[in-house]
Amino acid sequence: MRATVIGAGVAGLACALELAERGASVEVLERSAQLGAGSCSWFAGGMLAPWCERVHAPPLIVALGDEGFAWWSEKYPAIVRRGTLVLAHARDGAELSQFARRTEHYEWLDAAGIAALEPDLAGRFERGLYFKGEAHIDPRAALAALAERLGSLGGTIRFATEADSAAAQDGRRVIDCTGLAARSVLTDLRGVKGEMLHVRAPDLTLTRPVRVLHPRTPVYVVPREAGHYMIGATMIESDQASGITARAMLELLGAAYALHPAFGEGEILEIGTGVRPAFPDNLPRLVQRGGTLYVNGLFRHGFLAAPALARRAAAFVLEGREAPEVMR
Amino acid sequence: MLTLYDVPLGSRLLLGTARYPSPAVLAEAVKASATEVVTVSLRRESAGERAGQGFWSIVRELGVRVLPNTAGCHSVKEAVTTAHMAREVFGGTWLKLEVIGDGDTLQPDVFALVEAARVLCAEGFDVFPYTTEDPTVAERLCAAGCRVLMPWGSPIGSGRGLNNLFGLKALRARFPEVPLVIDAGIGVPSHAAQALELGFDAVLINTAISQAADPARMARAFAQAVVAGWEAHQAGPMEPREMAVPSTPIVGTALLR
Repeated sequence: MRATVIGAGVAGLACALELAERGASVEVLERSAQLGAGSCSWFAGGMLAPWCERVHAPPLIVALGDEGFAWWSEKYPAIVRRGTLVLAHARDGAELSQFARRTEHYEWLDAAGIAALEPDLAGRFERGLYFKGEAHIDPRAALAALAERLGSLGGTIRFATEADSAAAQDGRRVIDCTGLAARSVLTDLRGVKGEMLHVRAPDLTLTRPVRVLHPRTPVYVVPREAGHYMIGATMIESDQASGITARAMLELLGAAYALHPAFGEGEILEIGTGVRPAFPDNLPRLVQRGGTLYVNGLFRHGFLAAPALARRAAAFVLEGREAPEVMR
Repeated sequence: MLTLYDVPLGSRLLLGTARYPSPAVLAEAVKASATEVVTVSLRRESAGERAGQGFWSIVRELGVRVLPNTAGCHSVKEAVTTAHMAREVFGGTWLKLEVIGDGDTLQPDVFALVEAARVLCAEGFDVFPYTTEDPTVAERLCAAGCRVLMPWGSPIGSGRGLNNLFGLKALRARFPEVPLVIDAGIGVPSHAAQALELGFDAVLINTAISQAADPARMARAFAQAVVAGWEAHQAGPMEPREMAVPSTPIVGTALLR
């Protein structure tokens, strides 16, 4: 079997790797000139947090995400499995109670429990939720690891290459993972803009993703390498990744500063925006249209759901095995 | 029947469209609620020209009347600009006017609200102003040309229900002819029923439904509560009394030992 995967975001690379590992000859066509450029995967949080996501997603996301831990551990050994900490300031206590009511697989922490996990947060929060089994990865390093692994299996990535996904590619099976760019075919796709920041705050040590709940501006902080943090992310119904608004930046930084004042002394390294592709139910799908299999709609669950979707895509392409839960 | 700006409506429940888990869940909730009016915020969704097209077309396809709102606006100028954009995107003249005075409590800035209402009414908008229960402000809004008022129950998103019963009742009594829609602060269906029992014409609900674990089911619950509250109001509720009043006469009943 020879396959062409269009799009080298996390969905495309995961699909390519699954196919290559099962013996297919795979080439990936990527519109942009280098890995990650122009892909919303580049701006992802990289949280593997299926149980937290349950707060606003149906059980399917938990099921798909749960498959991701083992997959990422094998493909990306630098995965950090230290759980997720969910906090709220005292005045937003109701948010925390509601979060707890809608989710599972956590334990309640008091101030001492929070300090034991993240000493720099000592004395700042009275209550929190700890989702022990969750994990996080650095999305950029993870994309590079997938690309490298694909290369070692003989797969190729051709950058700066446009592809007409509708055209049959001389007998090759086509898997389209182009996100919002597939909108002309998948007409019910829409964009949900996200804005994020990278900040270096060397005075602060956090070792796991921290979510701070708030009725209007919830944020998360994900540690990267030492002293470097990703702060995200807004959710705006918009198809355009055009720059960050001052308000969004103010809200993200304000929330980070309220989490820990050391962010106030931090250096802003990067401001990023991306547009997440989403179907109306915000759930991912495999769609067979013409000779092409579309893997799309990963919304805010790209790194979380890509492994499970890639497996199903490969099983469908190579064995004709359907996955009704994502082929609605 | 409820009539807002000469449009007769079969439902006394209006829905906000923000913060649903997904547009699909929003569509289910709208259907379950049997509402005929949804309000949609333009400001946050429109970072670029027409950038929110995807979501807006979903809202249009709900098949109900759209009441665009100016949520998040903090000044007269911002609100007026947003109103113009709303007219372009959704057509129509309806506009829910919000001018926020305090970003933390989301309390309306009633001074700017009256001014923006004056400008927009003069431009031909049918303005639904989000206001407090203050009767003087209500008076000014009516003088500015508003023919519907949307007093808050309690602060946006708080879910506390009708905070100032005395003030709300006084407002209802003072403006018997103006449709009054309780906007903001409703947490559970009993709050909505209470508003209708007091004679308010309708309620607008967002967070209480969108943030429920099962929004469609909560929408149905609100639809029932609104019907119950309005029916109760029409049926003429009894007056509460200080003392127990037996519902069957005591005189003549057998004495049981």
